[in-house]
Amino acid sequence: MVGIVIVSHSKKVADGLYELADQMTGGKIRIGKSGGTKDGRLGTNVDEIVEEIKKCESGDGVLVLVDLGSSVMSAQMALEFLDGEYAGKVEIADAPLVEGTIAASVEASIGSDILKVKEVAEAAKNLVKI
Amino acid sequence: MMILMLTKSDVTNILDVIIKIIEDNRQYLTDLDAAIGDADHGINLDRGFKAVRDKMTQFLDKDIGTILKNVGMVLVSTVGGASGPLYGTFFMRMGNAVSGKSVLDENDIVAMFEAGLSGIKERGKAQFGDKTMIDAMEPALNELKKALSEGRNLKEAIGAAANAAYNGVLMTKDIAAKKGRASYLGERSIGHQDPGATSAYLMIKTVADYVDKLQQ
Repeated sequence: MVGIVIVSHSKKVADGLYELADQMTGGKIRIGKSGGTKDGRLGTNVDEIVEEIKKCESGDGVLVLVDLGSSVMSAQMALEFLDGEYAGKVEIADAPLVEGTIAASVEASIGSDILKVKEVAEAAKNLVKI
Repeated sequence: MMILMLTKSDVTNILDVIIKIIEDNRQYLTDLDAAIGDADHGINLDRGFKAVRDKMTQFLDKDIGTILKNVGMVLVSTVGGASGPLYGTFFMRMGNAVSGKSVLDENDIVAMFEAGLSGIKERGKAQFGDKTMIDAMEPALNELKKALSEGRNLKEAIGAAANAAYNGVLMTKDIAAKKGRASYLGERSIGHQDPGATSAYLMIKTVADYVDKLQQ
């Protein structure tokens, strides 16, 4: 199963979104989260993102979902810091964080591959709500 | 005439002053960021450079390239905002450019600055005129290269680079942000000085002031 890693500037956002995604998937997939800095400020934590990706990789790859600005750059740096064995297996989705995470988690839980999970996450950009 | 070179202790002395300058300007940079961003630039950078100060003894016995790479790694791990990956990449790329060296000549200084700046551009996908740190760095690098090619010495060239960086900072007041949190404000960011360009200028000015005091 593809793993999902949530990256936000806010620990509360990451925790809350984890809760939503976990409820939708009932523990079928590995979901990781990194919100805020090491010392509890708003911001991102490259080292923690690296650790969460490692925890969520079970052989089928990991999709990383990000919120604003430095989340993208921190996730990219995390990918660079990961060893060769993760090469080509970890992707960052260009997707809205909340909707993208839910869509990706559900898609991962039905056994789709990393590229399909990423595609579904990114399609959440076009979700019509009203 | 002796050619001016920077030794390893010059580099670590400059780092010490940069740490102090960022600490002194913590509130100033944060206030600039409060106007157009998320009010954390000074706080984040100060946090990162204080961590550099705490960890510096662990890599002080290494060559200049390794020291700079480690500075970058510490910034990436501790800053928390966009300036972490950006300045982190800057220092790591500078370190790669002078790998194994214990003394830097003019060519090394140009090469490391060039490598650092291209790293920032790749990381942030920004260019000159986007109201970012690049607006201070790119004119500084161009001026450094121009002055050296005209035969001016390193002191004069780095001094001219710092002036060009300052003009770049002033320019950021007149343009709209295209990158970072300030870009959410669009045209309303005009009139405000960019905090990233300001911190970049402060670092370049620190190098210029230090080099200016060295014996030629």
